[in-house]
Order: sequence, then structure tokens, then C-alpha cells
Amino acid sequence: MLYLQVLVNGLVLGGLYTCIAVGFSLVWGVLNIINILHGTFVVIGSYAAYFAYLKLGIHPFLSIPIAAAILFVLAYLFQSGVINKVVAAPVLTTLTLTFGLDLFLNNLLIIAFKADYRKVTLKNPLGVLDLAGITIPVDKLAAMVLALLLTGLLFWVLNASRTGRAIVAVRMDREAAALMGVKVRKIYALTFAIGAVMAGAAGSLISLIYPISPLNSFMFLGKAFIICVLGGLGSVSGAMVGGLALGVLESFGALAFGPEHAVTLSFIILILFLLFRPMGIMGKRGYD
Amino acid sequence: MVGNNYVIRLATIMMLYCVLALSWNFIGGLTGYPSFATAAFFGLGAYTGAVCQGQGVPMYLAWIFGALMAAVFATGLGLAILRLRGHYFAIASLVVADVLREIVNSATKLTGGGMGFNLPILKLGVDAQAKLFFYLMFVLAVLTIVSAAYVNRHRLGFGLRCIKQNEDAANMIGINATIYKTAAFTLSAVFVGWAGAFYASWVNYIEPGDVFDILFSVKPIVMVLLGKTGTVSGPIIGAIVFLFLEELVWRNFLTFHAGVLGLIVVALIFYLPNGLLAVDFRRWLGWRRNR
Repeated sequence: MLYLQVLVNGLVLGGLYTCIAVGFSLVWGVLNIINILHGTFVVIGSYAAYFAYLKLGIHPFLSIPIAAAILFVLAYLFQSGVINKVVAAPVLTTLTLTFGLDLFLNNLLIIAFKADYRKVTLKNPLGVLDLAGITIPVDKLAAMVLALLLTGLLFWVLNASRTGRAIVAVRMDREAAALMGVKVRKIYALTFAIGAVMAGAAGSLISLIYPISPLNSFMFLGKAFIICVLGGLGSVSGAMVGGLALGVLESFGALAFGPEHAVTLSFIILILFLLFRPMGIMGKRGYD
Repeated sequence: MVGNNYVIRLATIMMLYCVLALSWNFIGGLTGYPSFATAAFFGLGAYTGAVCQGQGVPMYLAWIFGALMAAVFATGLGLAILRLRGHYFAIASLVVADVLREIVNSATKLTGGGMGFNLPILKLGVDAQAKLFFYLMFVLAVLTIVSAAYVNRHRLGFGLRCIKQNEDAANMIGINATIYKTAAFTLSAVFVGWAGAFYASWVNYIEPGDVFDILFSVKPIVMVLLGKTGTVSGPIIGAIVFLFLEELVWRNFLTFHAGVLGLIVVALIFYLPNGLLAVDFRRWLGWRRNR
């Protein structure tokens, strides 16, 4: 019974992790850029939800479009202004650049909002669900369902719309896509923006569960890394598999080694995967 | 020597930055593998030195153990992760520092964990201690410079440059890439670990978040990019300029210093993509060339 509870906990968390990581995975797979800003984007989404609830009384689940809109604009600006210039540059340049941008943005957040930890506490708490002896808090369950819905929406967009297919084409082969008439620079900006939107949406959902503070950005980034390597890059299904796997791993890791070591365990698993199976469980590898 | 302790401290930090930048240059500048593991080696050296001194080992010996431990760790780690390339290598090296920090954090009995580790204060005065550590760092910096110059001019440097350009081709012409890469990685760790051990004794109190800070990985990279990768004078000039910038920033922007560092990094990537040494100053000053 305990194991079942731990498994369910892991899956619920995993759904949320999927949403965090899918944007990051897309940016890495399509633009070949490791977006260190991703964690900060998630935090911005959380703050958007927090202030929307505080000032306007909008439920965090409903403020997803607000967070999405803010981040879309921010990311599009960042991408066209800054990152587009270095897209074809070597790893070191892009990594250092996004790191510098992240330092800047994170510091702005700390100055604007202070580093105090905040949390959205609903006036009418949603309570706890009890199914056959397994307890699941309803807000976490709702967050997971919404996260998976959003991920599914992204999957549908990537598969059904013209722009989505263009994004996948650029991921597969940049030059061939350009030859087919895809405007690669625009797709880059769009993909980066979509990545940020998913991060912001995840941030809105997370605002109910994790404490909100600019200091948390690296934690989300670390999880996104691990999920991408675990699941395989650039695909939504990879992010989903990776997210659920990480959720379950962390749950059982916390059970076996204690919650303070769960993060270290996930990092060690990351290193093991990097060594022995960098293409992840789903098998899609990034650029070498 | 100016008797001002602040100036001595600044000079000691400059020597430290030179060591870090030149060490990163071995693996990052010459070999082309973007390593973010500098913080891991620094922290490892610091904690090894500290724990040894806690067990009663004399200070000088503890420092050497720190350097050796970092070197051995780098060799082992290198054999494991130097197989990866590009992004994957960068992430793996980044994550190592975090993992080490968490391990040190958990091993409370040995390292004091999150409470930090206190090192014995030397029975010299404040002035004498400041001067001592400056001289130590200076000697280490000179050692690093000499090693960098030697490697640059001899076969190892040549081999590493070949690996940077095209690793498979280097393998084909007879350069054993694995051995060369691992040697570079170890070189990038030994001086950093030594500096870490010095640092621990210098500041007398270390904690995991302090010595395994990711900025210790990022700053050397920025310094070398600022100078010029792959040379000996590039990292040194980069370190000096970086320190000047840092001092100007810290004095004036107490709440925004990380942000200004970020802006500097962005400006660096855009305006000085190949570093200061690659800028053609003559053209910049408007001197005409002979047509």
C-alpha cells in the first residue's frame, strides 16, 4: 500500500515536471541551445499567478493565459534581440550567453520582488481526495491534469498545425527545412517563445505547490535537464516519459534515502544516463 | 609592497583568478571541451585541505593533499565524462559540482556539513597572514603560468589544439585523444585544487555553498573569453580586466552585482567574441594600412 501511494505521488508530481520540461526540451532540440533562462521563466510565471491572485483574485489555474502572454512577449523579445545572433555558435558561447542573461533577469526579479518565499494559499482550499486508501491532494491532482492537458495541447499543435510541423522540420534538419521554404529565424523565435510559454504555464500551476522565489530557478532548471536527458530531446513524448520517470524516481528515492537526498540521487542518475544512454529512454538524441 | 591590506587582498585574488583562468584554459581553451567543473575541483581541494588540517596534518602537507585529491578525482571523472561532447559534457561537468556539494553537505561528521568547517587560525598577525597568502598564491600563479607556457609550446599543447579542431582526425594522425584529453582535464584540476586548499586556509571558514559555488566555474570561463582562448597571456589579461570590472561593479551596485556581471557577459559575447587579444587595435584607432 505504501508503495502504491509513493507511486501515485510520483506520477502526480511527474505530470507537473513534464510541463516544466517540455518547453526546455523543445528549445534544446530545435535551436540547440541550453536555455538557462528556463528556470527564471518558470518563476516569472509563478509570480504572475501569485500577483494575479493577490491583486485581482484570479484563481492560479485560470491565470495561465496571463502568464503565457507575459512570457511570450518577453521570450520573443529576448530571442529576436539577443539569442538569434548566436544560434549557430558553439556550445560555450550560447551557454555562457544564456547564463549571463539569466543572472541579469534573476537579479531584476530579486530587486523587484525580494527573495522572500511566497506561496499562493487559496481562500477555499480544495481538500484531499481519498481513493481506496490512497490520499491525493486535490490541488496537486488538478495541477497535474492541467499540466498534462497543456502538454497534450502542445503535442496537438506540433502535429496538426503548419507552424508546428515547421518546428518539427527544423528540429529534424535545419538546412533541409530552409530548403523547403521554412523561415528558420522566425521558427527559432517562435519555438523559444513557446518554450517560455510552457514554462510560464507550469509556473502558474506550481505556484500552489512549491514556494515562489527567484532563488528557486536553478532547482527547476536542474529538473528540466534531468528530464530531457532521461526522456530524450526535442519531443513532447520524451518530456512526458522523462517527467513521469523523474517524478517516480524522486518519490521512491525520497522513500529509500530520505527527501534531502532525492535531488542528489536524481543528479547521479543524470550522470549515469549521460554516460550510458544519452539518447534517453525514448531514444531521440540532441546534436552532438 | 603597499602596506595596505586591502590592496594585498586584491592582489591575492588576482593571483587566484589567474590560476583559475589558466587552468580552465587547458581543457576549455586548448582542447575545446567546455568544462564547468572548475568549482567542483576548487571545492574538493578546499575541503580536502580543511579536513586534513582538522585531522592534524600540517598545513603545507594538507595543501598538497588538496591538489592531489583534485587531480586524482579529475583523472577518474575525465575517463568517465570526456567521452561526451558539446552540450552533454558541459551539463555533466556542471552537475558534478552540485553532486559533490550535496555529498559534502550530507557528510556532516567529516566535513561539518551545512554548518561549515573552521580552520585553525595561524599564529601570525593579520598583516603577516595577508602577505603570506599573497606570496603563496603568487608562487602558485607563476607555477601555473610556467606550466601553461610549457604545454602550449610542446607536444601536449599541439595535440590538444588538434583535438579541438577535429578529434577524429587527431586520432587518425596518431594522437591518443583519450590520454591527451584526460591529461588536460587533470591539469585543469591540480592547480585549482591547490588554490582551493590555499583559499580554505586563507579565509579560515568554508561551507559547501561557498566553495562549490557555480560562479567559480563561470568566472574563469568569462575571464578566458575576455582575454583570448588558447593562449597564455589571454587568460591572464582576462583575469586582470575581469577583476577591475568586478571591483568597479561591486563598489557601485551592491544590490545588482550579479545582474551587471550578466550584462558584462552578454556584452562580451556580442562585442568581443574572440577576446581582447584578438581585437585589431590598429584598425580600431583608425590607423591607415598601406594599400
